[in-house]
Amino acid sequence: MEKRVVFRSAWLPYALVAPQIVITILFFFWPAVQAVWYSFQLQDAFGLKTQFVGLQNYANLFKDGNYVDSFKVTALFSVLVAFFGIAISLLLATMADRVLRGAMAYKTLLIWPYAVAPAIAGVLWAFLFAPSIGIVTYVLKGWGIDWNWIIKGDQAMLLVVIAAVWNQISYNFLFFLAGLQSVPRSLIEAAAIDGASPLRRFWTIVFPLLSPTTFFLLVVNIVFAFFATFGIIDATTQGGPGQATNILVYKVYHDGVKAADLGGSSAQSVILMFIVIALTVVQFRFVERKVQY
Amino acid sequence: MAAVSLRDVRKSYTPELQVIHGVSMEIKNGEFIVILGPSGCGKSTLLRMVAGLETITGGEIAIGERVVNNLEPKDRDIAMVFQNYALYPHMSVYENMSYGLRIQKMSKAEIDRRVQNAAAILELKNFLARRPRELSGGQRQRVAMGRAIVREPQVFLFDEPLSNLDAKLRVQMRAELQSLHRRLGTTSLFVTHDQVEAMTLAQRMIVMNAGRAEQIGAPLEVYARPATTFVASFIGSPPMNLIPRDGKLLGIRPEHLEPCAAAQAMLTIDVDLIEPLGADILVYGHEVKPGGDASSARVAARLPADAKAQAGKLAVRYAPRNAHWFDPASGKRID
Amino acid sequence: MVENRPWLTFMSQAVLILGVLAVAFPLYVTFIASTLTLEQIMQVPMQLTPGNQLIENYSQVLASGSTKGSRAAASSMLFNSLVMALVIPLGKMAISVISAFAIVYFRFPLRMFFFWMIFVTLMLPVEVRIIPTFKVIADLGMLNTYAGLTIPLIASATATFLFRQFFMTIPDELAEAARVDGASPMQFFVDVLLPLSKTTMAALFVIQFIYGWNQYLWPLLITTDESMYTTVIGIKRMIVGSDAANEWNLIMATAILAMLPPALVVILMQKWFVKGLVETEK
Repeated sequence: MEKRVVFRSAWLPYALVAPQIVITILFFFWPAVQAVWYSFQLQDAFGLKTQFVGLQNYANLFKDGNYVDSFKVTALFSVLVAFFGIAISLLLATMADRVLRGAMAYKTLLIWPYAVAPAIAGVLWAFLFAPSIGIVTYVLKGWGIDWNWIIKGDQAMLLVVIAAVWNQISYNFLFFLAGLQSVPRSLIEAAAIDGASPLRRFWTIVFPLLSPTTFFLLVVNIVFAFFATFGIIDATTQGGPGQATNILVYKVYHDGVKAADLGGSSAQSVILMFIVIALTVVQFRFVERKVQY
Repeated sequence: MAAVSLRDVRKSYTPELQVIHGVSMEIKNGEFIVILGPSGCGKSTLLRMVAGLETITGGEIAIGERVVNNLEPKDRDIAMVFQNYALYPHMSVYENMSYGLRIQKMSKAEIDRRVQNAAAILELKNFLARRPRELSGGQRQRVAMGRAIVREPQVFLFDEPLSNLDAKLRVQMRAELQSLHRRLGTTSLFVTHDQVEAMTLAQRMIVMNAGRAEQIGAPLEVYARPATTFVASFIGSPPMNLIPRDGKLLGIRPEHLEPCAAAQAMLTIDVDLIEPLGADILVYGHEVKPGGDASSARVAARLPADAKAQAGKLAVRYAPRNAHWFDPASGKRID
Repeated sequence: MVENRPWLTFMSQAVLILGVLAVAFPLYVTFIASTLTLEQIMQVPMQLTPGNQLIENYSQVLASGSTKGSRAAASSMLFNSLVMALVIPLGKMAISVISAFAIVYFRFPLRMFFFWMIFVTLMLPVEVRIIPTFKVIADLGMLNTYAGLTIPLIASATATFLFRQFFMTIPDELAEAARVDGASPMQFFVDVLLPLSKTTMAALFVIQFIYGWNQYLWPLLITTDESMYTTVIGIKRMIVGSDAANEWNLIMATAILAMLPPALVVILMQKWFVKGLVETEK
C-alpha cells in the first residue's frame, strides 16, 4: 500500500531518515559484517595475531559435542517454554473470557510478570527453589523429592523453564484474551443452540478461530525462548550444571566474553543470525496471510 | 474569481496507462461546472489536476491568466472540499477553518473576521470551539466548506462533497450550495457521480467516460440532445432506451413512450416488471420483434399513474421529434 | 456466557484464582524476604509473614547497597535504569517517527533501500552480534557511558513500522487538505501528524519504558564500572555464590525496587500498555 500524496524535497527525506540509518549502520550492520568476518578468522590467546582460516571455525563448532548439545538443549527449552506458556495462558484466558465477574481484575493481576525483567524473574525463582533455603525446596522435600538444581541438570532445566513461562504468561494471556473477545458471540450462541457443550464449542469453534493468534504466539514464544531468556539463564544456572541449560545465545556470550574465543563465538553468532532470519521470514509469511482474512 | 481554461489536458501514469485523454474546456468567471461520470472515469483526477494534487502530463491548465501546471496547490489560489471532508481531527472548527490563513501569516484580526463571516454564512457560530468528531455529518460538511470560503479563493473545487451524507441532508446541502454560489459567485468545479446533483447544480456540465469528455453543455441541453450513447444511457432514470433499427440505434426516453392501440404501435413491449411509483408507473420488458428474436433489446417506459399496466404485450408509440439516432459503431449521435 | 452453568463458572473462577496465586506467589515471597533479616531467611522454612526489617533493608540498599558482590547503591542503579528507561523510548520515538514520515510521505531514490535496511535490523538482535558490537562501543569510547547504554538501542524497526502503519491509516485527503492550505511538509508533520500520533506514542512509550528498564545483556556487556550498573545488573552482581552466601534480604529488597517502576507503569497505564503490546506486533 502506498500513499497517494507525496511531498517533494530533494534533501528533506534524507535528513529525516539519517539518524536512524546512521545508528543502524554503526551498531547493527557494521557489527554484523564484522561477526561474519571474525567467524573466518582465528585469533591467538592474546589477540595479537589473527589468521584467516575460512570455514575452520564452523567445522570446529559442529565437531564440538558441546555445540551440538547446545542445539538440543535450546530446542528442548524452547519447545517446553512455548508449549507450557501457550497452554497455561490459553486456559487462563478462556476462563477469564467466561467469567463476567472480576474479568478486569484478573487481567490486571495476571499482566504483572510482564513488567519483571527476565533476569529478576530468574532470581526470584532461583530463590524459591534454592537447594538449602528455598521455600519450594522445603515443600518438595516434604514430599520426598530431593531438589538441587545446582547439581541436577533436569531440575535446572525445569527451573529456567518455569521462570521463563512465568515471565511470558502475561504476554500470551493478553493476546489470547483479545483473540477470544473478538470471536463473534453469535457463533458461540449458534453452536449452543445446536446443542454443543462448552468444551466441544471450544475445540470446534473457538480454538480454530484462535489459530492465527496461537501460531503468532508460537513464533513469538520461540523467539523469546531463544533470545530474551538470556537474563534468566545468566542470573540462575549460567548454562550449567554441565551443559544442561547452555542455550545457544548463552554459549555465544560465554565463549565470546568469558572464554574470549572470538572466531568460535562469531561463527556461532552467524549461525544464530540465520536462525533469526528464518524465524522472521516465518513470522512475516504469517503476517501476510493474516492480512488476507 | 477567475476563468479556468483546460487545454487538451492529459494525464498518464505510464506511457501505456493514460487516464485522461485530452480534455478541453473554457470555464467562465463565476460559472458552476459539474464534472459527472461513473467511478473510474477520471473525473476526480481531472479535478485534482486543477487543484495541483496530481501532476499534469500533457496540455495546460490556466486559472485566470496564469498557467498553473507547475504551481503548488497553495499558489493556485484555489480551495478544495473533499469527499470525506478531511478535517483535522485534533483541531477545533475555528482552528480547522483558520489553519491555512495562519500558515499565510495573516493578521489575527483578519483571520477572525473571515472565520466569523464564514461561520455566520454557514450557521456554525455556535460550534467554533468543537472538534470535528463532536459534529454531525452535515455540520462537518459545512466546516469543510467554511475552510474553503475563508481563503476567498479564485476557484472552489468540490470532490463529491455530498456523497457521505444521507439522502435528506444531501437535498438540503444541495440547496445551500446553490445559494452559497449565488451569494459568493465564485467559479466552482464540482465532481459527482450523481446525475441529480449534476442536473440541479450545474450551469454547465462535463460528462466524462473512460478519461474523455463525452459531452459538455448545459444540463437540459445534455439531457435533450445526448451526444453519445454513453451520455444517453448515463443520464436519465431509467436511462434512455437504445433499440437497434436499420443498422442504427434508436434512442428514446422512457417518458416519451405512450401506450396506444396495437394497430398504431411503433414498438411492442413484452412487459415482465411493473413498478408503480405513485406519480407514475415504470414498466420494463423486451421489445417484441416481428420474428420473435429472443435477443431483443430491454425497453423501459414511464406511463401515467392512471395507465393500466399489466404483464404481457404493451403497444407504445412516440413522437418522431423525440427520437434520437446513434451510430452503433462509434456511439456518436447522428443528426 | 451463553448459558448458565454454575459449576463451570465456579471452575473458571477457581482456575483463575489458582493462576493469579501462582503468578503472585514469587512476588509475595520476594516482598516478605525483603522485610526479614538474613537470619530469618536462612531459617528453613522461611516465614511467610512480613518481618520488621522493611525500613532497614530498603534504606540500606538505597543508600549503600549490599556488602557482598556489587556494592553499588540502589539509588544510583535506579537512576541509571531510569535513564535507560526514558532515553531509549524517547530517542526511539524521535528517530522512528521522522524516518517513518520520510518513508510514507516522500518518494525519493533509495527509499525502499532504506526501508529494507531498517527492516533487516529485526533480524539482528544484540544477542547475535555481541562481540563486534561491544568492540564498536569500545572503539567509540562509549563503554561505561549513558550514550553507550542508550544510543545503540534506539534504532528499532518495530517503532518505525508502528508509525508507518499508523500513518497509512491517516486519510490521504488530510495531507492534501494541508497542501491546499499551504502547509510545508514539516508544518504538516508538526501541526497534523504529531498531534494525531499521540496515542500511538503513549502506547509505544509504555512498552519501550519497560524494554529500556529491563535491559540486561546490553548493560552487562558495556558497564564494568559499578557506578554505571543498572538495577537489574546490580541484582545479578549481588549474587556471589550459592544459597547461604548471599544477602537475600538485600537482594530481594533491590528486586522489589527494580520491579516497582515498570509494574506501576503497566498497571497505571494499562490501556496504553495493552494497545502498545498488541500494535507493535502487527
